[in-house]
Amino acid sequence: MLKIFHWAAPQTFYPLAGKLWRPFAVLAAVLALVALYLGFFVAPTDFQQGEGYRIIFVHVPASWMSMVIYLAMAFWAFLGFTFNTRISGMMTQALAPTGALFTFLSLWTGALWGKPMWGTWWVWDARLTSELILFFLYMGYIALTSAIDDPRRADKAGGLLALVGAVNVPIIYFSVTWWNTLHQGASVSVTKGSSMAQTMLWAMLLMALAFWAYTIAMALYRVRSIILERERHTRWAQELAA
Amino acid sequence: MNSFFAVVQRDLRLAMRRKSEVLTALFFFVVVASLFPLGIGPEPGVLRKIAPGILWVGALLASLLSLGRLFSADFQDGTLEQMALSSTPLPVLVGAKILAHWLLSGLPLALLAPLLAVQFDLDGDAMEVLVLTLLVGTPLLSLIGAVGAALTLGVRGGEVLLSLLVLPLYIPALVFGAGAVEAQVSGIGYAAHVSILMAMLVMAAFFGPWMCAAALRVSLE
Repeated sequence: MLKIFHWAAPQTFYPLAGKLWRPFAVLAAVLALVALYLGFFVAPTDFQQGEGYRIIFVHVPASWMSMVIYLAMAFWAFLGFTFNTRISGMMTQALAPTGALFTFLSLWTGALWGKPMWGTWWVWDARLTSELILFFLYMGYIALTSAIDDPRRADKAGGLLALVGAVNVPIIYFSVTWWNTLHQGASVSVTKGSSMAQTMLWAMLLMALAFWAYTIAMALYRVRSIILERERHTRWAQELAA
Repeated sequence: MNSFFAVVQRDLRLAMRRKSEVLTALFFFVVVASLFPLGIGPEPGVLRKIAPGILWVGALLASLLSLGRLFSADFQDGTLEQMALSSTPLPVLVGAKILAHWLLSGLPLALLAPLLAVQFDLDGDAMEVLVLTLLVGTPLLSLIGAVGAALTLGVRGGEVLLSLLVLPLYIPALVFGAGAVEAQVSGIGYAAHVSILMAMLVMAAFFGPWMCAAALRVSLE
């Protein structure tokens, strides 16, 4: 337990993050390459959707990550409020841009997939809509933390917002699903009834792992910058820069 | 409990001294609702169909308009700090301010809504449901919005930021509020929607003042 708090100080976490981010970045690149190879060359062509379906190898993992990262932010925010550790707020902030990126990627690839499959870039499907709202939540978080100059206050205000958002995400998802079933009963559904081929599943899982590794690498890389920026008045940071 | 009512009374009295602020938000609601028929066209069938959504979005924007002022005056003259220091728990005082905000912004909207519903050719049943959902839904908006108002207190560009933070969180209220009227019109009955709206209100009433007080303490540091 004490060991964890040892790493909670920016001064000790900075070198740890420096050691860790590179292996994760390499892992992300390797996994992504393997997953892309599997997805593009090994996985069979879908008999209904043709080659266009291959976008799901990026789309589905990106959607997973967009939700996982929001939960991770809420987790760090919660840690920050319970233990009052400074690194928690920095981690929350370091995760947000990656989360927003994946949400946007998920929406964009969804639109690219929707055009050939459904014949339209956008439908007000429950999942699409809640993903869009999730994107708004990320934007709100980033806008709030960047509008506050005092970093400690930005951490706490952002943390509160992340927690409120995390409580609301299931409610929003539920309400949007309800709204959707009432408005367009026979709408297109993203869920595929058919079971997936084994290689497709593997390609998707590997891509999800690659995105995990990428997220960890990026968060650690970004948190290093945040630490340096905030600790620039301390001796150890100045010695590091010298 | 005494200080709770004292704060409610104080906020109401302050608002009565500056009536224009309250009335501006109300007129905003009326103007926004009247713009839609001009933009879409005066066909009663279409208007009747979109009325619940438009009136709800209008009410949502109008209540957002007055949120920025919920804490800012008290923050500037130091009243808020005194409240945070007082022996009465801050969530109680914040709850009182939220209640006053609802009485000044949400309740008038709900009472004004039938008038606008007539413009949109809603029948009596639908109108009653609309008022009911607004009566249950607007306090929910005030409670959620208060957390946003507390977070953006004294922040650069706080007003615009507030809308960005709060509007996505308003979506469930909008879905079930407007949905109830639509369900009533289409003959399913409004009970399920209103029950869920009430459940959300109860949850927000429990957590809202507490979260809002926590956010205020962050802003007051």
